[in-house]
Amino acid sequence: MSNLIQLNQGIANIATDAWTLVQLPASQVEERKQAGKVVLFKLTGENTVTNEQIATTAIPATGKIIVPLSVFITRKNELASRIQQGEVGVWLATHEVLEHLVKDQPDLNTLPIIAIHVERFADGRIFSLGTLLRTRYGYKNELRAFGDVLRDQLYFLKRSGFTSFQIRADRSAQDAIASLNDFSVPYQGAVDEPRPVFQRYNRTA
Amino acid sequence: MYKYDAIDQRIVDERVAQYRDQTRRFLAGELSEDEFRPLRLQNGLYIQRHAPMLRIAVPYGMLSSRQLRKLGDIAKKHDKGYGHFSTRQNLQLNWPKLEDTPEILAELASVEMHAIQTSGNCIRNITTDQFAGIAPDEVIDPRAMAEIMRQWSTFHPEFALLPRKFKIAVSGTKHDRAVVQAHDIGLEFYTDAQGKMAIKVWVGGGLGRTPILGSVIREHLEWQHALTYCEAIIRVYNLHGRRDNMYKARIKILVKALGIDEFRNQVETEWAHLQGSLNTITETELKRVGQHFETMPYETLPSHDASFDMAVASNPAFAAWVKRCVHPHKQAGYRAVTLSLKPHGKAPGDATSEQMWTVAELAEQYSFGELRVSHEQNLILADVKLSDLHAVWEKARAAGLATPNIGLLTDIVCCPGGDFCSLANAKSIPIAEAIQMQFDNLDYLHDIGDIELNVSGCMNGCGHHSVGHIGILGVDKDGSEWYQVSIGGKQGNDASLGTVIGPSFSADEMPEVIQKLIDVYIKERTPEERFIDTVRRLGVAPFKANVYAKEEIAA
Ligand code: SF4
Repeated sequence: MSNLIQLNQGIANIATDAWTLVQLPASQVEERKQAGKVVLFKLTGENTVTNEQIATTAIPATGKIIVPLSVFITRKNELASRIQQGEVGVWLATHEVLEHLVKDQPDLNTLPIIAIHVERFADGRIFSLGTLLRTRYGYKNELRAFGDVLRDQLYFLKRSGFTSFQIRADRSAQDAIASLNDFSVPYQGAVDEPRPVFQRYNRTA
Repeated sequence: MYKYDAIDQRIVDERVAQYRDQTRRFLAGELSEDEFRPLRLQNGLYIQRHAPMLRIAVPYGMLSSRQLRKLGDIAKKHDKGYGHFSTRQNLQLNWPKLEDTPEILAELASVEMHAIQTSGNCIRNITTDQFAGIAPDEVIDPRAMAEIMRQWSTFHPEFALLPRKFKIAVSGTKHDRAVVQAHDIGLEFYTDAQGKMAIKVWVGGGLGRTPILGSVIREHLEWQHALTYCEAIIRVYNLHGRRDNMYKARIKILVKALGIDEFRNQVETEWAHLQGSLNTITETELKRVGQHFETMPYETLPSHDASFDMAVASNPAFAAWVKRCVHPHKQAGYRAVTLSLKPHGKAPGDATSEQMWTVAELAEQYSFGELRVSHEQNLILADVKLSDLHAVWEKARAAGLATPNIGLLTDIVCCPGGDFCSLANAKSIPIAEAIQMQFDNLDYLHDIGDIELNVSGCMNGCGHHSVGHIGILGVDKDGSEWYQVSIGGKQGNDASLGTVIGPSFSADEMPEVIQKLIDVYIKERTPEERFIDTVRRLGVAPFKANVYAKEEIAA
């Protein structure tokens, strides 16, 4: 059974997944730990993708695919016609630099889907990435969270602009749906409701 | 103080329901330990040495009598009849049962309280000066802004899972009592040249493992932008702060790695997009929240009271208490009172249920039904009439809340340490108790005068040892408990971090070590010089020499 929750006009449903996720092959390169330089600060302790990985990534010949950011950028020519037809989406890991995507693909809305992989539940970068995609870069299509996605992140993911959620395989997506609405009246403005509570209600009454 | 409307109430009620279900799932095995941890932490629940510890939020330290009474009830019913007030102005229960915690949260919600974001890697309880709204040196009462920030930070979706905990302090006085320089973000409110409320923004301070004072990221920020500017700072931190090493994950490490100028550039770039967005605070909202903090309905009183003057003149014990525990007030004829939670030989910051009930009663009778928790772990009655002080003193004394030691050596700030905390290297409470007993002589204490002594059980520094005039830090050497001593730390506008005096000591040696530090001070001080000033004038050397003198002879 599908473990994908999709939000459509605020209504959540379990949906079958039309997309095939393309993974990078396993890397032989060691993790870069504690890089001291300012520019590398972001990558501290995280894998970087090698050229070899990019070149050897197996891309299915047909169908709708979500490819890794590095593959999307490097092998763009190869994918050009499929991108035209709206069959290519992009996924990135939380440590990857969003601006690389934006620079490479100024009109993000040619992408029908962008997905963000969160490796660990506690990694809250995903919320800023979603927020930036929606508010800074004007992205309007499907925004998906996958990886260590459990029900207790859903409310925050939704508020950060995500519209689909691939719940971790060992958990029930059906149970998780309820948590999208853990809270009914948010205090602060965010992506899904940009007005803070004091802009929505007359609280002086 | 702030009173919930239907919206605030709904949010805490929904939180209780959410947490109840999370706990149910955990107990049913549907959530693993690891998965439950970040969830319970964001509700203030730690798993400690003996039992869970529940940290209850006291937003910017304000409590009503009704709330304190409830806290006393909860401590009685679900704990061992006492609670611990922490340096974050919160209340910690050390012995609740995990299964009971949803019920405790429900009881808290019934008095407009909660444990939201009192721990975990999120924006924590916002703290401020315990004399906010009444201090004569106050420029701006920061509580309305603190409440607006509390609401904004509650379940802020973008900042729900930060690299590490995130602490914000606000202050609006000439003499900073909120330690804004020791917080991830410190907001110092002032009136600018145009006569408008403005904010000086500090960033990157912290007292944990790598104690460091914050840097100014912005000298002048209009108050309307407080939330969006904080969003810019925290967004840069959320995206770029380290997540691979929890000891390097605080914002201070990022600020240091980038340098304040580069960090500021990144924040300002981010803020250029956020400035003016809908989270900008409106006049209406500030006014609405501000109404909850309007001045109390004070009586017009003369600035002197004959019965009070007479009691001071005729009763030395009362006079001693007035000297240490009674503080100036901006309203004529009123004073603020500190009720000491530091009786000699008891765990600093602990209060029994009975004491909580007594204080609730006192607040109701003498201080408009409100009180505050200070980050020095005492309770404050903010608005007491001069003519009532004697009665307050008598009742407080009967309840063990009138030790006249506020600001003195035995007013020790102390974390729960090894008796309760699973992160501790060493016990801290017995050290504080032993020092209190060593100096259990009020005349002598008054002679030593103003001094701050802080004890932390480990590098995390919950007892703020690095800004103590004397700081004691529990360290672990080959599995046994040792204590490292530093001197010369200070909070406030001229904050500084203490210097370690040398090799660490065993628990038994500690009272004597403190005694020797004090001996040097008594010998060397000039008239009117406080301990901290003597240390600053002479440096560490003479203190060090005296403390280690005996060892050298023995060696
Ligand atoms: S300083 Fe260390 S021992 Fe003390 S409460 Fe904090 S973490 Fe625990």
